[in-house]
Amino acid sequence: MTCSEFLALLDDLIDDSVTPETRAQLQEHLRGCDHCEVTLNTTRKTIEIYRSHEIYDLPPSLRERLHAAIMARCKKGC
Amino acid sequence: MSTIQLIAGENEPHPDVALVDRVRGGDVLAYDTLVRKYDRQIFRIAQHITQNREDAEDVMQDAFLKAYEKIDQFQGNSKFYTWLVRIAVNESLMRLRKRRTGKMVSIDEDIETDEGSVPRDLADWAPDPEQNYGQAELAEILRKTIQGLPQGFRIVFVLRDVEGLSTEETAETLGLSIPAVKSRLLRARLQLRERLSRYFRRKRGAEK
Repeated sequence: MTCSEFLALLDDLIDDSVTPETRAQLQEHLRGCDHCEVTLNTTRKTIEIYRSHEIYDLPPSLRERLHAAIMARCKKGC
Repeated sequence: MSTIQLIAGENEPHPDVALVDRVRGGDVLAYDTLVRKYDRQIFRIAQHITQNREDAEDVMQDAFLKAYEKIDQFQGNSKFYTWLVRIAVNESLMRLRKRRTGKMVSIDEDIETDEGSVPRDLADWAPDPEQNYGQAELAEILRKTIQGLPQGFRIVFVLRDVEGLSTEETAETLGLSIPAVKSRLLRARLQLRERLSRYFRRKRGAEK
């Protein structure tokens, strides 16, 4: 397997949607390729960081204000 | 009697189905529950697309009001949340168009780029690299980095990886094919990785 072939399957590997045979081939490639291993690990980390850090927080006071405005309109029939 | 189909699993309906049914029957409090359940996600998606806090506030209100008005049109062959996200994405794009004085805005904008499709920065990252930054500084890095992605990649990444929609749901929400979602997701992930490497790569000695 070449690095380009590995890269084409990177998402499927990260999303755990590869067959056991393909997974074995990908792991075989990783054993001999530091670059692809770094790409895989840092791409996984990228996703994890974005998933676990709230970068657009909705503060409680704003949330309550928006919520009250929405529900007031709904009660009036919009 | 409910016309909503069973959508979550073989036997159990998604909990939203009963709430939507109550809203259709005139129970406003049931809608209150749905708003509280999804308001943070809708606000976040709107911020990611419009990149403007006031616009995101307006989009959040408009999306929930529109969903309430059109609840009878909700077919139940998708999740309520996915349907709501689709409304919020459309409202966000409309808001962007308004800000750009009528210029068309689409999710295909700026995607003609090869950046990041081949990894160039191959340095490994420090272990737990986010711990080298304070919370506010890290949030700023993450915001700046994702804001630099082409819109068509950013929306796919946000829906798939941040909000947890499936590939199929993302495709349906954005009106894209499944291969298009997959291709954009890979490029979004690789571009973000490449850009974050600048901050997170393992530093050698005292070198910055």
